[in-house]
Amino acid sequence: MPAILDHLPTVQQVIFILIGLFTAVSALLVVVAPNLFHNALALVATFFGVTGLYVLLEAEFLAVSQVLIYVGAISTLITFAIMLTRGMMYGRTSPTNQQRLAAAIMAVLFFLVLAGLLVHVPWPVVGAELKAGEAIIADLGELFVTTYLIPFELMALLLLVALAGALMLARDR
Amino acid sequence: MQLWSETLSNWLAGLGLPEPVALTVAYLVGALVLATFAPLLALILIWITRKVISRLQDRIGPNRVGKYGLLQTVADALKLLSKEDIRPANADPISYNLAPILSVFGVIMSLAVVAFAPGLIGADLNVGVLYLVALGSIGIMAALMAGWGSSNKYALLAGFRVVAQLLSYEIPMVLSMLAPVLLAGTMRLGGISEAQALRIFGFNIGLGWFVFIMPAAFLIFFISALAEGEQTPFDLLEAESELIAGFHIEYSGMKFAMFFLAQFLNSFFLGAIAVMLFLGGWQGPLVDQIPLLGLVYFLAKTFAVYVVVQWIKGTFPRVRIDQMMAFAWKVLVPQVLALILWQMLVMKLPAPTWVQYGLILVGNLAVIGVVVRILGRYFQQEQVRSKRAFEPRSLIGTMQPAPSSGD
Amino acid sequence: MVPLNWYLILSAFVFSCGLYAALARRNAIAALMGIELMLNAVNINLVAFWRYGNAVEALAGQVFAIFVIAVAAAEVAVGLALIISVYRLRRTVNLDELDTLRG
Repeated sequence: MPAILDHLPTVQQVIFILIGLFTAVSALLVVVAPNLFHNALALVATFFGVTGLYVLLEAEFLAVSQVLIYVGAISTLITFAIMLTRGMMYGRTSPTNQQRLAAAIMAVLFFLVLAGLLVHVPWPVVGAELKAGEAIIADLGELFVTTYLIPFELMALLLLVALAGALMLARDR
Repeated sequence: MQLWSETLSNWLAGLGLPEPVALTVAYLVGALVLATFAPLLALILIWITRKVISRLQDRIGPNRVGKYGLLQTVADALKLLSKEDIRPANADPISYNLAPILSVFGVIMSLAVVAFAPGLIGADLNVGVLYLVALGSIGIMAALMAGWGSSNKYALLAGFRVVAQLLSYEIPMVLSMLAPVLLAGTMRLGGISEAQALRIFGFNIGLGWFVFIMPAAFLIFFISALAEGEQTPFDLLEAESELIAGFHIEYSGMKFAMFFLAQFLNSFFLGAIAVMLFLGGWQGPLVDQIPLLGLVYFLAKTFAVYVVVQWIKGTFPRVRIDQMMAFAWKVLVPQVLALILWQMLVMKLPAPTWVQYGLILVGNLAVIGVVVRILGRYFQQEQVRSKRAFEPRSLIGTMQPAPSSGD
Repeated sequence: MVPLNWYLILSAFVFSCGLYAALARRNAIAALMGIELMLNAVNINLVAFWRYGNAVEALAGQVFAIFVIAVAAAEVAVGLALIISVYRLRRTVNLDELDTLRG
């Protein structure tokens, strides 16, 4: 698939614009749609959009992990929590708190400042050719047991503690 | 090995098309062929299911429409198409309408990485195995959306059950898929199929199937795949007597048909994954000489697995939900973890390959032994309990008047 | 190739959306979704910088993104468990109603 894109740079840009629009619109929907379940669905759509970006950036392993972990596990958990705290879904009250105006101004300002900055900085772009996909995955695996061994083990410990902690917290006493 | 897409695009480029266009056209053709293949496959699968189940139940099965009733499913599809599309008034339109599409989407997408024959694979992704697992999670999302969107208590309950079941069995399934990946040293499904060749004096007899080395991993995968495919004995989601139909209770007409299609294709794909990972994929005698023979081997094996699944469906009773969850977490997950750990240790041993294979086999047999012992003890307890519950004498025992205190 | 700026601006937008949700939504789960959005935005940046940077071979961006994903999974599990036990106790998950500690 990336082979096609390499030959036609403009096609790649068109694909980016489509995926980017999809991601941006669904990210906005996560925030503004009033129904909490629709927020969760939009969140799933955003995750898929980000997956598309990873494919475009030729990070296949990350793309698949994104679908597996975000769509498969995290979205399901969030949807589950929404269903378990039912009655909160159909807002008798407004979905936002009193600081919504301040928060909106803050977020818009943040985006504008950041975007203005990003446009003007001349990023040194290299964009070197990648190795074959399979070699990258092998390298990733090797990095996790050499350079990043301690963070990797800590991550495993964190996940274990989070699992046990979540079980303890959510247990019905 | 030349991929079909290269062959086709080279041929198109030879006709005078620019190379990128030729490649795009080739992929479009491939996608079209695969997408057409899926519904046709479903027709055959449903026919097989009906015939096998009827034979098991001493019936003949469909035999009116077409030769051997082969066109019965077409007639049924026409009926479903012409049915009224009913939507519950309170249903959430977005998730209600999106759910059936998403469920079919997830299944058909997995066709892209199925290795049918040498070189005949939609896209031999480097992360093929993970890709298949990731697509399975889309099915979970679809079930949740259908369950919630129908605004029906039974559908919602079934949706909860689906998620609990699928997430629990995903763990042993993924871990058992790791065993052949470790042995083959690749996550490409084509590569795993290639790794299962067996060469004797340079001649490939194609019988180096991983199932011979790791039967326990295969069994664990098969059991979890039954649960993932929502097949008996794990088809609790559509336990008619409890949940009426499951999460798709509120669906009618074509939307119902889409869930139906997704379920049949899903169980076929789980069989295909089992074949690719454990049963040699397209490997078989003479496959190096005649590559198209690989397609025949692959389809024959996959349909054989499918028939076995239907056989199980016609034979076994449904398990209880607590038994099902306990089996996943207390039996399958620890066993498969031990299995993977053992295999990794063995593969790091400085020993010749055949010794390693032997040790892996020993580990697998040990795991099977442990599982059989655990299950045997469990059934013994259950038997004792049910005997105690239904033995007339014990009933009489409880009905006897209390011994009068001596007066 | 797609200019690097495009990725960064998209990720800034996603991050701002997440920021708004985390600041302004009353429902705790919605706020958590906002945090997920922000984490995803960070991941886009990490991977984009990895791809366009001069150390493609080192794979640091991908490794970091994987760490972020793992931490996000842990965070969601604990966060949702907290939300559910709060819901059991107070019958609400609205953040501004959870003010037991107010003096």
